[in-house]
Amino acid sequence: MKSDPRGVLTGVHYIDGDHAACEGALAAGCRYVAGYPITPSTEVVERFAMRIPHIGGIFMQMEDEIASSIALQGAVWGGAKAMTVTSGPGFSLMMEHIGLAVMTETPCVFVNVQRGGPSTGLPTLPAQSDMMQARWGSHGDYEIIALSPNSSQECFDLMITAFNLSERFRVPVMFMMDECVGHMTEKVVIPEADKIEIFERKYTKKKPSEYKPYEPVKDLIPEMAEIGKGYKFHITGLTHDERGYPAMNEENQHKLVSRLMDKIRNYKKEIIMIEEDGLNNADVAVVSYGITSRIAEKAMIDARKMGIKVGKARLKTIWPFADEYINTLSKKVKAIVVPELNAGQIVREVERAARGNCNIISVPHFGGTVHKPEVILAAIKEGAQSGNNR
Amino acid sequence: METTDKHPLNNAFLNALDKSPMDKNKIAIVSGIGCTGRVAGYVNLDSFHTTHGRALPFAEGLKAASPDTKVVVFTGDGDLMSIGGNHFIHAGRKNMDLMVICVNNLNYAMTGGQVSATTPQRAITATAPYGSFCEPFNLPFLAETVGAVYVARWTVYHVREMQKAMSEALNKKGFSFIEIMSPCPTLFERRNKMGSALTRMKFYKENTKVENNADTRNTKISLNDPFTVGKFVDIEGKKTYLEAMNSYYDEAFQSDDEYMRYRGLAQKNYEEGCLND
Repeated sequence: MKSDPRGVLTGVHYIDGDHAACEGALAAGCRYVAGYPITPSTEVVERFAMRIPHIGGIFMQMEDEIASSIALQGAVWGGAKAMTVTSGPGFSLMMEHIGLAVMTETPCVFVNVQRGGPSTGLPTLPAQSDMMQARWGSHGDYEIIALSPNSSQECFDLMITAFNLSERFRVPVMFMMDECVGHMTEKVVIPEADKIEIFERKYTKKKPSEYKPYEPVKDLIPEMAEIGKGYKFHITGLTHDERGYPAMNEENQHKLVSRLMDKIRNYKKEIIMIEEDGLNNADVAVVSYGITSRIAEKAMIDARKMGIKVGKARLKTIWPFADEYINTLSKKVKAIVVPELNAGQIVREVERAARGNCNIISVPHFGGTVHKPEVILAAIKEGAQSGNNR
Repeated sequence: METTDKHPLNNAFLNALDKSPMDKNKIAIVSGIGCTGRVAGYVNLDSFHTTHGRALPFAEGLKAASPDTKVVVFTGDGDLMSIGGNHFIHAGRKNMDLMVICVNNLNYAMTGGQVSATTPQRAITATAPYGSFCEPFNLPFLAETVGAVYVARWTVYHVREMQKAMSEALNKKGFSFIEIMSPCPTLFERRNKMGSALTRMKFYKENTKVENNADTRNTKISLNDPFTVGKFVDIEGKKTYLEAMNSYYDEAFQSDDEYMRYRGLAQKNYEEGCLND
């Protein structure tokens, strides 16, 4: 299905990541946003509030992030494509409802423009320290999708992917920006609507008498029913059976939770997006994401001038994690360098996936600014001197 | 209407629905967590059992996206006014077009009878073992203050009145609020030596004063004193959130502005325009 042209601001723009993310959502068909102001994410909802009366949709500023994170789910069941937008403290308040969206299989997008933490931390300054929270923040076992853009253009492009993935897999998608990407103004090219592919929600065509809301269909992703059409469906955060009604026992728990996880795990190839460059014959690989990948570029250029064979694997998809990809990579290189604006979160996943095949070098930074390229360069040099494992 | 629950309150609601000419496909129930939280699962309607305290904001999103759905929120005193109090005052302030039924049993019953925002002073609960010393909320007063267009209180003894109130609220546009006093015989009444469910029903019969249009400042509930029931507020003509938004934008945007009047987000709404006046 092609994008609805009313939401597509075709042309060449000079806008920051927050504004581009909003345009991406509009192009993806998002017509409902519930939000609560919080720096550095507020520009996303400000732009949405300004644009939406001209497109045919609604912005609701709620009383807090708890309300925002469930109002959008009500809107989805009412027929909308919806998102909410926040930053660290607000993201913390939303955790319970990420679990609700997972459990009820409500397609929606949560945007987190990350700032320094813990607590109020650094409201106006960047960090990437909510990456594990995005994966594990709500209680219980589940799988989730999280994407991380590194430019204004990608805030637009990847936001459309975020909505498409959420509809395809009926899962909340975490859109993990950071203050730098959110506030960095760059060129953004928005194509014509008929060049933008949109995944249409799968509403059931079955008769109400034959429809079961959580029937475990072949691809593990059940069909939704439209409200008000006589399906009289029931949706609950309790462990439920395929009819959607509470069924709280070991058997149903196993069936439901394993399906919720498998419907993501079995489709990792469709979900995982990695941008790579210069990895053929590389001694060192830099695995990074978001704004840090931009700084790593400079470090890699300097390293290559010194004769070091260094390549990159930039993670656009953070969750589900690219275990197999990193494992394969770890057998080819001497070292993997992982710079990130946190104390070392994704590096743990890299270590786990590499299974000791190569040297893993964490380059942590607690946020407030970005890495100095020299710091990443020093790690690349250290990596190049690692013992050869090939 | 099919139901598995024979509680007088559910019967009253289902009877009100049965008597209503409304299309049952266009009625949705949202509930939170608690003894009343499970109501969503007992009715043959589109129904949503959400998280503790958050039925209202879910319902607000649902109503905004699907304005031709009558959205009814079934909730309790713990769900609505303790954990969810912030949502209540804002939903009232914005006159969200929702019908809210709050079953007030004066304590958190599902978790074993703890003190709630409506527990009367001196009442004993699991977490106030020597009695509650805090002033409870007077819900009709609070509902009126935050802007509800319809406010009533009945007890589970007042089956016909309760049903009438529900019928009225079903036909009401805007934020309507019905408080239903209900015993919790196994926890609240037992701990406070108030007798069986039947004793409590007799209390509701003999110690309630019906006073329509009563001043809600005087509808406080204390542990053993008589209290006021009735329809306290019934206002016409106040714009709902979506009506206010549309009429405001109609004026705010000049005719040459490209402005799209909001008509809901379900596919059907786009085509037919259910928010047309």
